[in-house]
Amino acid sequence: MSLLSVNNIEVIYNDVILVLKGMSLDVPEGKIVTLLGANGAGKTTTLKAISGLLKAEDGEVTDGNITFMGQEINKRDAEDIVKSGIFQVMEGRRIFKELTVTENLIVGGHTRKDRGNIKRDIDMVFSYFPRLKERFRQVAGYMSGGEQQMLAIGRALMAKPRLMLMDEPSLGLAPLLVKEIFEIIERINKEEKTTILLVEQNANLALRIADYGYIMESGKVMMDGDTTDLLNNPDVKEFYLGLSDVGQKKSYRDVKHYKRRKRWLS
Amino acid sequence: MDFLLQLLISGIVVGSIYALVALGFVLIYKATGVINFAQGEFLTVGAYVCLALVAQLQFPFWLAFLFTLVVAVLMGMLIERVALRPMIGEPIISIIMLTIGLSSVLKGGVMMIWGPNNRAYPQIFSQVPIHVGPVVISQIYLWSVGFAALFLLIFTLFFKFSSAGIAMRATADDQQAALSMGISVKKVFGMAWCIAALVSAVGGILVGNINGVNISLGFFGLKVFPAVILGGLDSIPGAIIGGLIIGMLEAIAAGYIDPLVGGGMKEVIPFMVLVVILMVKPYGFFGTEEIEKV
Repeated sequence: MSLLSVNNIEVIYNDVILVLKGMSLDVPEGKIVTLLGANGAGKTTTLKAISGLLKAEDGEVTDGNITFMGQEINKRDAEDIVKSGIFQVMEGRRIFKELTVTENLIVGGHTRKDRGNIKRDIDMVFSYFPRLKERFRQVAGYMSGGEQQMLAIGRALMAKPRLMLMDEPSLGLAPLLVKEIFEIIERINKEEKTTILLVEQNANLALRIADYGYIMESGKVMMDGDTTDLLNNPDVKEFYLGLSDVGQKKSYRDVKHYKRRKRWLS
Repeated sequence: MDFLLQLLISGIVVGSIYALVALGFVLIYKATGVINFAQGEFLTVGAYVCLALVAQLQFPFWLAFLFTLVVAVLMGMLIERVALRPMIGEPIISIIMLTIGLSSVLKGGVMMIWGPNNRAYPQIFSQVPIHVGPVVISQIYLWSVGFAALFLLIFTLFFKFSSAGIAMRATADDQQAALSMGISVKKVFGMAWCIAALVSAVGGILVGNINGVNISLGFFGLKVFPAVILGGLDSIPGAIIGGLIIGMLEAIAAGYIDPLVGGGMKEVIPFMVLVVILMVKPYGFFGTEEIEKV
């Protein structure tokens, strides 16, 4: 049985703006699942619907349901959802700028009952991110973007979640750093047995580390499958990986095919 | 020289009380973004409740003091729950107007129960002054500084080391991110109002013991504005330092300028400072504009 399943949800902002129109996905225990799609497709909204952060933005799940470990969670408050084991790493890092690195990590473990282990887990986070250890007393706002992203992931690790929702961890980072972050995401999945739902713009990397992928367009899933299948799918190749034939750069002459070939767009 | 020293000491005493009340003010502003115009009335209520317990119900002072703190916390909780929470998401100006209304309601309530007359605490601290070198300090002053410092220390440690305190600072920093950590933002707001009411009540009791109690004690709370503007609206160390500086300035103005102009400078100086500070350093000494990495 899957750890998380989103069944046919509809999300409305401010009572009028319909963002998700029958969105469904399944996240099996222990896997990495990635959710891809263009800007405005509703990826972040999907994550926020799961983590309960939608309510703080006047958003509402009006139809369908979300179940986590067999229990319906779409009516619960964000803090209950965090307590039940879902933790969202928000887009744009959102570290607490005026707190030190260590304090940020402590806040990450806010909902934990076993306060005695916090110290040990801070060391665990430092073993994943040695660079944070060097800066443990620094005010987080002055760190580089890459370090802030590491801190954001470290903060999530502190909560010991069963399911980690990651919203564009590669945003605004240099390619080498992106690679490093993705390797760490893979390690977290293997070593901490954390299930991961990964939203990304960098489709290539995301499909390479994930087991299963969903592709969203305007509020619902248009395509899904094992990542090996998706990587070989000609449409995915063209629209998400930027290749027309394997290994070949796309010529501007072929651009006119765009409308005709993107057939999952109605 | 002795005169100056004497002035500075009384300035520090009053300033430490300003600092305490300013702490509450800054806390609400930092955590919830609300400028609380009812802060001065929290002071009045604290002073009257403690006085009623001591003078009318004959409680021993220590017990009355603790009991007043409990009342203050309950009052803070109630106000947050009933008046402020339904306003979450409303425009900030409405919320500020609400706190102004709140201040009138509290003032009216105190008038209704205790009347408009001046009252004085029964003598609680020994009146034998203490001589430190050339300076004479009354015991109530020492107690006031001691209490104020104690509470300031407690809360500084609370924000630095306790997990609730760190969670409060995190919420002040980024509310939505705090929500995603599983922090209950509502609880944090409630806690901010409770702490603000508590420190103000302590301030009220101390001022009441020094100057007596009357309905215009709320104006003492108004002096907190220059203090927090000087220190920076969202800085806790700033509130403490701003409070002390304003207290000392006041005392010096009272000692040196008042005799020349025939009085009143003491009341004016803090607000003159306020205007100057707003002109040259609008974020105060320690206020953050925002850490922004370019």
